[in-house]
Amino acid sequence: MSQDSVLHDDEGAVPATLPSDPSRRLWIGTTCAMGGAAGLAAAVPFVSTFAPSDRARAAGAPVEVDISTLAPGEMRTVEWRGKPVWLIRRTKEQLDSLKQNAGELADPNSARPGYTPAYAKNEWRSRKQELFVAVGICTHLGCSPSPKFATGAQPSLPANWDGGFLCPCHGSTFDMAGRVFKNKPAPDNLEVPPYQYLSDTRIVVGVDENNKA
Amino acid sequence: MAGHKTVETTGLLGWIDQRFPLTSSYKAHLSEYYAPKNFNFWYFFGSLALFVLVLQIVTGIFLVMHYKPDAQFAFQSVEYIMREVPGGWFIRYMHSTGASMFFVVVYLHMVRALIYGSYRKPRELVWIFGVGIFLCLMGEAFFGYLLPWGQMSFWGAQVIVNLFSAIPFIGPELSIWIRGDYVVSDATLNRFFAFHVIAIPLVLLGLVAAHVIALHEVGSNNPDGVDIKAKKDKLGRPLDGIPFHPFYTVHDIMGVAGFLIIFMAIIFFAPEMGGYFLEFNNFIPADPLKTPLHIAPVWYFTPFYSMLRATTDDFTWVLAGAAVLGAIVMFLRNKGLLKLLVPVVLLGVAVLLRLIDAKFWGVVAMGGAVVLLFFLPWLDYCPVKSIRYRPGWHKTLYGIFFANFVVLGYLGTQAPTDLFNLISQIGTLIYLGFFFLMPVWSRLGTFKPVPDRVTFHAH
Repeated sequence: MSQDSVLHDDEGAVPATLPSDPSRRLWIGTTCAMGGAAGLAAAVPFVSTFAPSDRARAAGAPVEVDISTLAPGEMRTVEWRGKPVWLIRRTKEQLDSLKQNAGELADPNSARPGYTPAYAKNEWRSRKQELFVAVGICTHLGCSPSPKFATGAQPSLPANWDGGFLCPCHGSTFDMAGRVFKNKPAPDNLEVPPYQYLSDTRIVVGVDENNKA
Repeated sequence: MAGHKTVETTGLLGWIDQRFPLTSSYKAHLSEYYAPKNFNFWYFFGSLALFVLVLQIVTGIFLVMHYKPDAQFAFQSVEYIMREVPGGWFIRYMHSTGASMFFVVVYLHMVRALIYGSYRKPRELVWIFGVGIFLCLMGEAFFGYLLPWGQMSFWGAQVIVNLFSAIPFIGPELSIWIRGDYVVSDATLNRFFAFHVIAIPLVLLGLVAAHVIALHEVGSNNPDGVDIKAKKDKLGRPLDGIPFHPFYTVHDIMGVAGFLIIFMAIIFFAPEMGGYFLEFNNFIPADPLKTPLHIAPVWYFTPFYSMLRATTDDFTWVLAGAAVLGAIVMFLRNKGLLKLLVPVVLLGVAVLLRLIDAKFWGVVAMGGAVVLLFFLPWLDYCPVKSIRYRPGWHKTLYGIFFANFVVLGYLGTQAPTDLFNLISQIGTLIYLGFFFLMPVWSRLGTFKPVPDRVTFHAH
């Protein structure tokens, strides 16, 4: 006689002193495990609805830009995957400043993985020296840094400022190649998106030899 | 007849009482729930929080009748509520001011719990449910702030969702999964709307019920931290207790009246509160290509936001140093398994502090500052509950802690500078030190004798 096999009266009371029925315990355990697994499996469709939809993915198509009208020192912003992508034709002085500041940068050679394609792992971080292409989103928490191309002392910037970008949210600063200065909240240099030249005056953002559209 | 219940009530009430515990619940929670008679000003804020919760739910329901959770129409629909829906501006300002006042009331409610030791045994679960409510409120405020789809809504959400991208390995994918897109977009707005109006409120209501039930099980604490159930009259009623109804219902209605004077004054004269309750940038529609020049969260998040900003690469050296110091102390003081286990864990944390980006630790500091509160009942070893019977320097310590919290809050609203960053780093250390060192300092000093009965002077 066991707890599980006895029905004493209409109140269903079973003396707690009786031993449990091992075969019933096995099936209760199995049923709970199966039910739990089914419950977890049911969560999969719910969780997957959170991922970007097909429409959102399709909206991430590459963008073609005509750069023939971009003057030296000028910056243009285009939208790719809903993010601002900057195109800047840097001046000679701006490019020169990139050669002297390696000591103040967190990652001057863009050695950290993930944010710089192989063709941009140089001190100017671009395919061709003058044209800088970068995603204008701070690698800290996703604000869009402001261009601060004027040199010299300014609010929130050091006195020896050579031009670059300042993130208004948490004060991270970047040089004219989007390289982050030391001891700022942002851990990485600004992301260089995949891009390639279609001709001398046209580039496409979002594709390169390693990334299909 | 089986299951027939004998009840004292007759008529309709008797009919109900045989089927539903109406009279018994009324007695258990109101007319025969005995609360200490020495409640002071600080004890208004619990009932006020409940009042604001109801206000937020009611105004929220009416706002949803006109609001459109769609990136194209959201901003316009809020302006439509403000300008064209009859009385819409009033409902909307009640809701937006209510959000800020909810935090005012809840922060003061938490200060009360801290100074009178209301989280101590046997009220640990009351406190834990309460911190859960606080977390839900933060979620409600965050999800709700995206809905007007202004510049601050957009960029605030962008920043906070990107916090998750700081988690090693899974972070970037996780933040895309949360947004449902590569940036904050229509998909994000829709799901935040669902969280704000359904998911979190359901959890919140459940937690509020649990909070009150747990409180009524153990009874309220009081400014003296004395257990009123220790001294009872011959009918078993606490000598220092008075029935919640009518005494505290009337008392709390007066509190609500006072609160409404301030609340309505804000709604009519300063609904934006100089940019603290509704930020000026949020009256500009969201623009994914342009970050406002100065981003700050709404004031109630800024103390924690300051801690996030304070955690730079340099600062992780300080934190790692503190962890090593903690490991040494624990090694010298503990015995047995803990002697090795705790120092090893702390040393591991110290190493990770230097291995993983400061960005991640900023997120940990911010989240940890809230999560730490859950452990408060087990950090406080003070022999007395109430601050009234603690040594004078404990009072100073609490004063520093609260002032520090306000300073951190102020710094979080300001643009970052080197000096402000240094101050918020010190502030972060004070905040974390207050809790982590509590097991040490809370038992030090000369404590005053705690009376047997509560201190009460009749008016």
